Amino acid sequence: MTASAPAAHLAQLNVATLRHPLDDPRIAPFVELIDPVNASADGAPGFVWRLTEDGEADATGLRPAGEDVIVTLSVWETREALWEFVYRSGHLEAMRRRRDWFERHVEAHLVLWWIPAGHLPTIGEALERLADLRADGPSPHAFTFVSSYTAAEAAGHPRPACVPSEARTASPVEPAVAS
Amino acid sequence: MKDIDAIAVLQDPVRRRLYEYVAAQGREVGRNEAAEAAGVARTLAAHHLDKLTEAGLLESGSRRLTGRSGPGAGRPAKVYTRSPAERSVSLPARDYRTAAELLAEAAEQAGLDAALCAAARRRGEALRGPGAGPCGSLREAVEMLAARGYEPHLEGAGVAEEPSGDARAASVVLRMRNCPFHAVAERFPPLVCGMNLALLEGFLGTDGPVRARMDARPGECCVVVQDSKSNDR
Repeated sequence: MTASAPAAHLAQLNVATLRHPLDDPRIAPFVELIDPVNASADGAPGFVWRLTEDGEADATGLRPAGEDVIVTLSVWETREALWEFVYRSGHLEAMRRRRDWFERHVEAHLVLWWIPAGHLPTIGEALERLADLRADGPSPHAFTFVSSYTAAEAAGHPRPACVPSEARTASPVEPAVAS
Repeated sequence: MKDIDAIAVLQDPVRRRLYEYVAAQGREVGRNEAAEAAGVARTLAAHHLDKLTEAGLLESGSRRLTGRSGPGAGRPAKVYTRSPAERSVSLPARDYRTAAELLAEAAEQAGLDAALCAAARRRGEALRGPGAGPCGSLREAVEMLAARGYEPHLEGAGVAEEPSGDARAASVVLRMRNCPFHAVAERFPPLVCGMNLALLEGFLGTDGPVRARMDARPGECCVVVQDSKSNDR
């Protein structure tokens, strides 16, 4: 990283619609995974921060996107660090069983965007990015793993970006970050 | 270099032995070690290792193998690892990968994980063979999985002490260096890794002395096989 390019971190928001309330026995296997998976995120290489409810260990009690929708909001040093955690750690087992616990989303449910290192994204900011992704498809300021952009590309396209809609096609199949 | 030309480089039996040795180690291999393993002189091994690197089948770098550094540590030695690039030749031309990616994309979109896993489990059972019981030991699992290209190896205490028979120590797990579905698994990890786990559950059986479970790690197959009696989850 050169002195002229300020360090960027990657922010991530995932929304997941619960098929059953968290105290339902059918969702218990997911609930059992929350603490160990969050602990492995906290210790994962490149992890920076994750949203938690005041006084709680996680964000499952926050329902900013709907009564039955749980959210994950976190910050990572690089896209690769986040990818390795999501798909190459104990988190993958939770993802494998996502259909048992969460409704299938027709719209995008994961959004990634670059932030200046040190900035902590708010839920409001995160939901705006998700709305942008859903409305306009992937762009340098709101994208997915499959359609990702570099921090340098994002720096050249401050939000709202003017990306021709034909330049990128939305991926309808972005897997969920499940916890 | 075209895939067919790169693969043709392996026609030389010494080269092929060197390639297979380096690929099987899963780490950097020096010239002396490779020469010894292939049973040829160091200079001949060096020549062939460099041919394999030129063909893009191996990658080379340099390391101080002594572990020392600074003055007196000696010249860095050339080391080799398998290239991550995939090579394949099909005559006549076939393109199953595009078909697999399209089918996976549609399955992901439609949420067909359960149906895919059921099909994978049936296929695993069929691969095991009609009437065949569950896999009997980790050693047997190594053979079965090696035959399907997973590059299995045993990890943990007690492996070296038990050159034959069952590796029964609970701390021993079978891990696999190669994911046969790599390109599709990278694109649709939960779907394809779940399919792979179901395939291996069918292949090894779920009611025998060993069991497959998911334990993803960077750079390896996401499934491990271990003693069913192990308390580890």
